[in-house]
Amino acid sequence: MKQLRPAILGCITLVVFCVIFVVPFFFIALQAVKDRQGSSLLNFSWPSETQLWQNLVDVVQARDYQLLLAYFNSTVITVFSVTGLVIFAAMVGYVLQRRPSKWNKYVNFAVLAGLMIPPAVVPTIWLLQQIGLFKTIHGMILIEIAYNLSFSILLYRAFIATVPRDLDEAARIDGAKPLQLFFRVILPLLKPVTVTNIVVQSIAIFNDFTNPLYYLPGKDNVTVQLTLYNFQSQFSTQYHLLFMNILLVTIPPLIVFIFFNKQIVEGMTAGAVKG
Amino acid sequence: MPTAQIEKKPRKTSGSPYPLWFFLPAGVIYGVLFLVPTFASLYFSLTRWNLFNSTFIGFENFLSFVQEPFLIKGLINTVIFAVSTALLKTIIGLALGILLTSNIRMRGLLRTIAFFPILVSTIGIGITFAVMMHPTRGIINVSLELIGIDGPGWLTDPTLALYSVAFVEVWRGVGLASVIFIAGLVSIPRDYYEAARIDGATKWQQFKRITLPLVQPATATVMILSFVYGLRSFELIWTMTKGGPGFSSDVIASVIYKQYQAGFYGLSTAGNVILFILIAVMVMPLVAYFNRREVDL
Amino acid sequence: MTIRLNKLLLGTTAAGLIATAAAAETELTFLVDVAPDTIAVFEAIIDAFEAQNPDITVEIETRPSGGEGDNIVKTRLATGEMTDVFLYNTGSLFQAINPENFLVPITDQPYADNIIDSFLQTVTAGENVYGVPTSTAMGGGIFYNIPIYEQLGLEVPTSWEAFMANNQAIKDAGMVAVAQTYRDTWTSQLFVLSDYYNIQADVPDFAELYTMNEAKIATTPAALRGFEKLQEVYEGGFLNEDFGAATFDDGLRMLANGEAAHYPMLTFAVGAIQATYPERLNDVGFFAQPGDDADNNGLTVWMPSGLYIPQSSENQEEAHKFLAFVASVEACDIQTATIGAQGPYLIKGCTLPDEVPPAVADLLPYFQDGGQTAPALEFLSPIKGPALEQITVEVGSGIRNALDGAELYDNDVRKQAQQLGLPNW
Repeated sequence: MKQLRPAILGCITLVVFCVIFVVPFFFIALQAVKDRQGSSLLNFSWPSETQLWQNLVDVVQARDYQLLLAYFNSTVITVFSVTGLVIFAAMVGYVLQRRPSKWNKYVNFAVLAGLMIPPAVVPTIWLLQQIGLFKTIHGMILIEIAYNLSFSILLYRAFIATVPRDLDEAARIDGAKPLQLFFRVILPLLKPVTVTNIVVQSIAIFNDFTNPLYYLPGKDNVTVQLTLYNFQSQFSTQYHLLFMNILLVTIPPLIVFIFFNKQIVEGMTAGAVKG
Repeated sequence: MPTAQIEKKPRKTSGSPYPLWFFLPAGVIYGVLFLVPTFASLYFSLTRWNLFNSTFIGFENFLSFVQEPFLIKGLINTVIFAVSTALLKTIIGLALGILLTSNIRMRGLLRTIAFFPILVSTIGIGITFAVMMHPTRGIINVSLELIGIDGPGWLTDPTLALYSVAFVEVWRGVGLASVIFIAGLVSIPRDYYEAARIDGATKWQQFKRITLPLVQPATATVMILSFVYGLRSFELIWTMTKGGPGFSSDVIASVIYKQYQAGFYGLSTAGNVILFILIAVMVMPLVAYFNRREVDL
Repeated sequence: MTIRLNKLLLGTTAAGLIATAAAAETELTFLVDVAPDTIAVFEAIIDAFEAQNPDITVEIETRPSGGEGDNIVKTRLATGEMTDVFLYNTGSLFQAINPENFLVPITDQPYADNIIDSFLQTVTAGENVYGVPTSTAMGGGIFYNIPIYEQLGLEVPTSWEAFMANNQAIKDAGMVAVAQTYRDTWTSQLFVLSDYYNIQADVPDFAELYTMNEAKIATTPAALRGFEKLQEVYEGGFLNEDFGAATFDDGLRMLANGEAAHYPMLTFAVGAIQATYPERLNDVGFFAQPGDDADNNGLTVWMPSGLYIPQSSENQEEAHKFLAFVASVEACDIQTATIGAQGPYLIKGCTLPDEVPPAVADLLPYFQDGGQTAPALEFLSPIKGPALEQITVEVGSGIRNALDGAELYDNDVRKQAQQLGLPNW
């Protein structure tokens, strides 16, 4: 009986979850294998004949294999900006939580302001031009870091509170310098929240549409979300290709998630043992 | 009950293990790329600005924005949207977090599924749900019809559109909320629950006395983040309804965007400033509240 | 083609960060919006152009259409980051990008003489002409399903009264009379905008008075009619059940398959019907939006987008070559071969094939007989309020009545006029 309950609960939850969370994905996948006429109806009927491969080829080949270039650009932007975010935000969150100083209230305010203020697009473009970063991948990386710092700092600050100070003291007595203390002792202990940060931020940045649209124009700079516009315009939408494209650009986030999913579980058990 | 150790003893600045220059890398990037343009935009909010040249017109933009016919409606909609999505994300996220850290079968799979919606871009989700909420052909109303219910026009009924979008926003964001809760929940030491069980505490008592207080930082994070996100929220509303039908699901961010789209850059910048003030007025008390609670613990 | 493929390979392998301009070759960058038809046509035109000019390559870059696209264009012009050539609207939207400060005039270029005058007016600012037409002139009016008309023995209406009578007959026969597609909000404006021929018939100088803030839509009965027509069609119960959620694509499908009898739209839709429902192309006809006077029936006309060269371009000589090619008979023929004939071309000497789809055949007589067309208001006045499509959705769905809607719109255009710095606002 005791063994059975979790199983039943698990099954019921699974069914509910499938209906709520999986049906929309099924819908996307279904449209992605239809032909243009079939998909423009946008219903759940099973297509008389599927053309998965044809749609896949059409989407990948569109605009001179633009999608492949987009995958590459988005991946570069995502990897570098998330790396920067994790390190810089953890540093801020750490000092912010550990050391009460007169700066804290300004930093806290800046963090909140970063969350609350909608970015000013045109002045930012002018600024980027002045410092020669407009239309460059590294400029885009810095923008993503600047815009997403607040969220990461907030996550880190909340969870650094759960890391016992005794550890800092012990490491200091062993003669660790601040940088060593941070990178060798603290950062590894933050693994669960770092994983959360990596997963959430990399998906958000990979899926970012608006910022690359403004700060990274140019045919060679295309990012994945912009490729969605190859198949929809004000006047005409090729839904079968659009949904195939949605499906394809969702694969990298999915891989990241599946890869780190295990890490989340691992990190969490580590966290539980530590407590 | 454990308490967070707050060190009261003053520290010497020199040789601190927590050097202030740790703020620097983040501070420089943030200051240059975010703060500078923001201050520049404060000036532009006082001008009539078409990108090519700007004329100083004082507070006229603010007046004009406040007179936008649907601003009041947009204001109310913004608050409804932000409050309802933040509350639902917190409650459902916590429930899912507890469920997914409990002794349930297929835990890994279930966590993966709940997180799924985050993987798809807002645009993709918006398009998909708009199609599923179609009044006659959408899967939702077709399913309702099977059990004899005549489904409403989820996005075409002016009284309903905003709530339909809020529902999708919760659907999209609840996975993230539950991940934050899970990270908070697993850091609660198991011993406390053991001890409570030995003392004969019920599940509800354990939840109230142990889980809820100790998961507080996660609750604060989820609530503040989803509230601010809700107030600023725009992409999903825009892809699903464009603020419509007519103006019925307009929020302040969509009103601002429409001014921007129309090329009224000064006016839209003024709207941005107003939105910022509004968010500050509503979020600051919430933050202060949670900060106080944290110290009390 | 090989050149482009090599570039791509280099781009993806070598970090995509490296600029890869081949040695003795000029690369023209070219920003267009993403309508698939537009891209198909330009790809064909570019292939032919590159064959004639082996030292020039043209690289298409895409942008979203609609308001988002407007922002991209304005932002890139203002920041000096525009491509060498770009595609953008004519008329009021063209005026809003401040052409005299940002574009290269083409007035003295020999190819400017190939362009028909009616188009030139819509790309003129101050003394100069700036753009080359990229497609055909379009009519705004009502598409109809020919089999339904034949089945019910209906005639093409020349007055609004006759149109409404047809609608009633279609409704009585158990069919949807008018397709409306408010999920794509822009499609809701057609009844209002296509009525301009009828406004001008009644108040010939309306555009001028309107621009000078001396005439208002709500207080000019002829101008208010467009809003009233929208309301009448809704109140008649003629619409498809899902009008609030249907898309432009749905509208075309309903029209082509006979699920609805009428669909108010611009005639460029012929191209989309041809792409999606080629076998139904011959089932679709077109007529101008009728006014209240059957004896004065005419068409409201839209101009296509133009091609412009920004002053920031460093390859202006090559850009002019490209514009000259687009303004040639050869380019018209390429377009006809790629997506078929859609309406009268705006380049002198361009001809249409003998066989054109029925909707286009219905369109041409309005242009030929002379005096039966009027430009849409957006080509006569720089003022077009941004909220029109939301307001027409409201009027067209019974949320707001016609007069209220017109008043709200009159208020909406004020900001636009002030932004443009027009006198008397």
